[in-house]
Amino acid sequence: MQFGIFTVSDVTTDPTNDTTPTEHERIKALVTIARKAEEVGLDVFALGEHHNEPFVSSSPTTTLAYIAAQTENLLLSTSTTLITTNDPVKIAEDFAMLQHLADGRVDVMMGRGNTGPVYPWFGKDIRDGIPLAIENYALLHKLWRQHTVDWQGKYRTPLQGFTSTPRPLDDVPPFVWHGSIRSPEIAEQAAYYGDGFFANNIFWPKEHYMKLIGYYRQRFEHYGHGTADQAIVGLGGQAFMRAKSQDAVTEFRPYFDNAPVYGHGPSLEDFTEQTPLTVGSPQQVIDRYASMREYFGDYQRQLFLMDHAGLPLKTVLEQLDILGEEVVPVLRKEFAKDRPAHVPDGPTHASLVAARVAAAAPVVDALIDDAALEVTK
Amino acid sequence: MSDETVGGTVSGTGEGSAPRARRSLVVVSAGLSEPSSTRLLADRIAEATVARLGDVDPSGGSGSDAGAHVSITVIELRELAHDITNNLLTGFASPKLQEALDALAEADGLIAVTPIFTTSYSGLFKSFIDVIDPQSLPGLPVLIAATGGTERHSLALDYALRPLFSYLHAVVVPTAVYAASSDWGTSGNSGASISERIARAAGELAALVRNSNRSSEVRDPFALPAGFSPF
Repeated sequence: MQFGIFTVSDVTTDPTNDTTPTEHERIKALVTIARKAEEVGLDVFALGEHHNEPFVSSSPTTTLAYIAAQTENLLLSTSTTLITTNDPVKIAEDFAMLQHLADGRVDVMMGRGNTGPVYPWFGKDIRDGIPLAIENYALLHKLWRQHTVDWQGKYRTPLQGFTSTPRPLDDVPPFVWHGSIRSPEIAEQAAYYGDGFFANNIFWPKEHYMKLIGYYRQRFEHYGHGTADQAIVGLGGQAFMRAKSQDAVTEFRPYFDNAPVYGHGPSLEDFTEQTPLTVGSPQQVIDRYASMREYFGDYQRQLFLMDHAGLPLKTVLEQLDILGEEVVPVLRKEFAKDRPAHVPDGPTHASLVAARVAAAAPVVDALIDDAALEVTK
Repeated sequence: MSDETVGGTVSGTGEGSAPRARRSLVVVSAGLSEPSSTRLLADRIAEATVARLGDVDPSGGSGSDAGAHVSITVIELRELAHDITNNLLTGFASPKLQEALDALAEADGLIAVTPIFTTSYSGLFKSFIDVIDPQSLPGLPVLIAATGGTERHSLALDYALRPLFSYLHAVVVPTAVYAASSDWGTSGNSGASISERIARAAGELAALVRNSNRSSEVRDPFALPAGFSPF
């Protein structure tokens, strides 16, 4: 089970003192937060991609490469990489390059993006969102697995004799997650390829995602990648903690009330009841998230949103201390209890290399057997 | 939201005949005051529709005791006003609002009644329409009705509500019912009285509701579009 954080990289005014970080401060804060994640023992840091204010993360691989240079164990990912408006050729190259620089500590989450104008800004049409995601990913998948590619599609110029460089590290492409909030098409796509499926799980009631993940698990089995409970599932989450529950509520409320997305809407109490947001003591967060496997089945990755809505860096770092030191160690134990042996762990570069070697082994054995047979003749 | 079942037990024309399918009627009332004339109109229309559903038994029985089995769900938007606004802001419905949306998606008929404010449906009414899944109303028989201070805004039903439901691919009955304040004390000397207009519209709606099988359809929320391929 992998635990980590994901960020949307918003530059938001702190509603308690009316100060706003500069873009430079926010970008540097992202790096500090990632380093802190490794320091407190988290496994994953994932960064969003946006092309509009108030977000600063337009080029995640640049940022992740810089973070890779300053960390040793942290797995670097995205939340999400826009498979619709980016050129799949450039995604193939950028992430293969990042994979080499980070010695394999890289995976990637595909998303369509929900900001309307980004599509036309990049020469696309939002009504083609799903077909773009399907075609672009099919090409990306091929570029990472086939050395020389001839290709023709609807949404980019054809390729003749193209080789994406560098080739993926050890010829094993980064693991791919597909993120979706409501589209069964994307769950179907993830299942078809045997890729992971990530439910952001933070803004909507869990019942919605339970259905979507249940569907993905069924289709994963249908396509022959394993049993439904072996499908690779990731979940988002959101928490704010203080030793005393009431202190957490009092401190977080102004950030909640003014937050992008849900601010000025439901009360903190309603929202924490209806979504996985948990504001309270570390034990409350442990209890809430330990129960997730009951709803979604044993899963592979849990990411928390910890640094949004104008929370000061100092507070975010304190939150990461609590998350890494008090919450995640207990959750690791809870999730390990009664976890069936055939349910896989979260994929890593090492596990993917091992899986490839294992898959190739029977072939090698057969060749040796054949050779032995020849000799004995 | 309140549920009431009208029509009593299922009845047929004789031994061995299949029970009549239960019909689900949803009433949306967007009145803001309590009590409201919008709700009064909604209730009158609902009663008339239930009566008309009981009038004719297509299986050959006679009289209202061969009546249809109808469940009525009344959605008072005033009670959902906060939930509707929250849904607009967050993108998801509270459990209470979701219950109302589900009832609507699975209805055999809808009676939609709004006050006319500033030449059109009320803002709350439109906000509710805006949180409905636009794919959830195709084929839904709808009776549109409105209340207003004077008769002068009665055409709002035809230029505002009718196209709204047409866009959602619902089936709007030809007669729309508008009740101005004065209608509640008018005998109908200069045209059909409010009771007659309600009866005519209710008859039109009942005919469509009787033939609807929306409430017994099984919906697959993960149905992939025709021709979709994941690769």
